[in-house]
Amino acid sequence: MNIPSWRAVLPLAAAALVAVPLAALGGPPPTPAKAPAKAPAPAAAVQDIQAEPPPFSEGIFPCSQCHDKAGDPTPRQLAFHDDLQAELHHGPPSRWCLDCHDNGKRDFLHLINGKQIPFTESYELCGQCHGDKYRDWKVGVHGKRTGMWDGKKTYFLCVNCHNPHNPRFKALKPEPPPIPPQEQGR
Amino acid sequence: MSDRNRLPVIQDETAGCGADSPSRRDFLRTAAAGAVIAAVSGCKPDAVVEELQRRHLTELSPARLQEMLGKLEKKWSAQYGKAVTVGARPPMPGVNFGYGLDLSRCIGCRRCVYACVKENNQSRKNPQIQWIRVLQMDKEHGVALNHATPYYDPEKVPEPGHFYMPVQCQQCRHPPCTKVCPVKATWKDPDGIVVIDYDWCIGCRCCTAACPYGARKFNWAEPNLPAAEMNPVTDYLGNRPRPMGVVEKCTFCLQRSRSGRYPACVEICPVGARKFGNLLDPESEIRQVMERKRVFIFKEELATEPQFYYFYAT
Repeated sequence: MNIPSWRAVLPLAAAALVAVPLAALGGPPPTPAKAPAKAPAPAAAVQDIQAEPPPFSEGIFPCSQCHDKAGDPTPRQLAFHDDLQAELHHGPPSRWCLDCHDNGKRDFLHLINGKQIPFTESYELCGQCHGDKYRDWKVGVHGKRTGMWDGKKTYFLCVNCHNPHNPRFKALKPEPPPIPPQEQGR
Repeated sequence: MSDRNRLPVIQDETAGCGADSPSRRDFLRTAAAGAVIAAVSGCKPDAVVEELQRRHLTELSPARLQEMLGKLEKKWSAQYGKAVTVGARPPMPGVNFGYGLDLSRCIGCRRCVYACVKENNQSRKNPQIQWIRVLQMDKEHGVALNHATPYYDPEKVPEPGHFYMPVQCQQCRHPPCTKVCPVKATWKDPDGIVVIDYDWCIGCRCCTAACPYGARKFNWAEPNLPAAEMNPVTDYLGNRPRPMGVVEKCTFCLQRSRSGRYPACVEICPVGARKFGNLLDPESEIRQVMERKRVFIFKEELATEPQFYYFYAT
């Protein structure tokens, strides 16, 4: 991504968009797991999570390819990432990028207590406000798992189903209804 | 009644018969019936006789069972042009399956219906067979079948004021369907799955009538399963191709679940409303649902005691 340098200081870390899974990228970006040892270990209860990768838009991660240092933290109308700002409907209108994205280390998110977490562990961040859902998700009551019911599972992250900028689940076109018996030509 | 519609009854000889005539009549009847069966099924008579003489599935020796499965694999591999496997996966010890469906999440998109059709080799049309039926209900009336329709077809779901309740085989602990079967072609296995031996079924449809959930479907015509869409990983009691004139229903995808995998409907659900696991394992998703959420069973007053639970996560 070639972006004018003035954009590089915009304080909006590139964020997870639901549309394109990471798997669609040509080559996987450096994973936060390889980042410095500051990366926190996941909670013990969810150690064995084998998550689907967070669904970044193509080419947007790592954020540090543009955001190489901390930027202006003031909430304001953005000139770049204005598309993300326009669709941001998550909680109160005062919600701002840096509530979740870390200003200093752009390839990370941060919790309210300042602890930095990689995008692959964003459930910890979501769980700060949505504790009931987090609790259910950890035991498999909320959310979705695929694979083996008695073995290795793939867990879906919150952001695999909910666009973090606009989390409400979108309506879908239903598959066709069944054919009534009287129309089945018997 | 025209000749064409008359059943092929073998007329008794009335007069002029000797003392040996009853046994002769019996012989002729049997021979004629055998010839008719052979002609109708298009098989060699000895294959038909062998099929008719085999024992109930639960009484078959392992060698005989393998021989039977091998024949089916060969037949269907040729018919569908791919390597079809037919397993006979036994119930897993220490496992009792339970299923949970979150009514507060389901949006009625019917992805499960078509994933099921594909996985389980159901007839696509004429007859169209679907093991899952998604009912649209009114929030105003709650779970009420007189305010339910499976034929909703809007641009987008969910529609305001409605909720959705998918219904499939509830794998009852007291299944009325197995009780009424006159030939024991359907029974409940120890892991909780109610299974059907399609080769043993005589097509009387007593079970279809007995089921209070409308879960059992009858093949009124030769099933229409395009070879390209045929799922070649099958199980004898599960998703193998069915003939005309037999009953079929949801088996919790036993060809998957008895190998440790989630059923197809669980994996396709875009909202994660479907939960599946071992009721005997306190850590399983279904047990966690039962510990934490408001759970109900459908038509509880009938005392069928389903292993299929509906719940509200919110």
